[in-house]
Amino acid sequence: MTPSQSDLPKGNRPRSIWTRRFHQLGSPPFFYTLVGKLLPWVGTLCALCFAAGLYSGLILAPTDYQQGESYRIIYIHVPAAWMSMFVYLILAISGGIGLIWRMKLAQIVARASAPIGAAYTFLALLTGSLWGKPMWGTWWIWDARLTSELVLLFLYLGYMALQAAIDDRRTAARAGAVLALVGVINLPIIHFSVEWWSTLHQGPTVTKFDRPSIATSMLIPLLLMAIAFQLHYLVALFARVRAEILDSERRSAWVTKMVAAS
Amino acid sequence: MGGYALFVWPAYAATVLVLSLGVVLPLRRHRQLTRELELMAIQHDQGQIT
Repeated sequence: MTPSQSDLPKGNRPRSIWTRRFHQLGSPPFFYTLVGKLLPWVGTLCALCFAAGLYSGLILAPTDYQQGESYRIIYIHVPAAWMSMFVYLILAISGGIGLIWRMKLAQIVARASAPIGAAYTFLALLTGSLWGKPMWGTWWIWDARLTSELVLLFLYLGYMALQAAIDDRRTAARAGAVLALVGVINLPIIHFSVEWWSTLHQGPTVTKFDRPSIATSMLIPLLLMAIAFQLHYLVALFARVRAEILDSERRSAWVTKMVAAS
Repeated sequence: MGGYALFVWPAYAATVLVLSLGVVLPLRRHRQLTRELELMAIQHDQGQIT
């Protein structure tokens, strides 16, 4: 009689192909090689999306009847702002996975994501300021949307400072993950700030349950730029993760072997 | 840019700069690390021979 799966000791249970795939993906040497192969392809796709997005956004899209040409900042401001929140979510999720399952790769992804997310947040604030000056008459105002986005930048910088201050990578990853998870509360505050408080910032035009209140000829370049920014995150993340893995695994056997073979 | 060139172009220029740095800097760091590790391996080998 063959024993049922649950009778076998835990380590001997046959694992499904997906479980094995997942574990393989989590191994730094495998991920290092995979990402190295993917990088040029994702990079090319990203460049193409940027070219299409910039061409359609700056040349094909019509002028706004209220905001004139200044509205074209939307094509970088909105994707940057979306990415600033998306990357924070990734930071918190991968930080959480690293915290609970001690998965090394998740910790590396979190550590590598922070400066990229900080860059998007900085760009969202900067381009917003450059848009606010001609439209609102001011570079900055301490209202809910702008302030909560600034808090997001400080959360990223705090996370990065924590990583830099703690020498032991595993301790740094754990401390950072706790900070990142607590900071998640800021994400719904950013998103709903324009509804909860009175603000100069305009309400959502795309991310709402109704139909987007933006003309299709203006929406398509925005979506292209959003995809381009997503791909840029992948490219920047892959490049950073590769350097990060090589640095933290420099004394491991597979790195020594790889260096010797080159 | 209909009188808004002073706002639109700096926004785009800053974006291009920051996004390119986000890719170029880690790629460069990776290349430097690889070189450093190769150099260390060579020195290690030579140390074993002599």
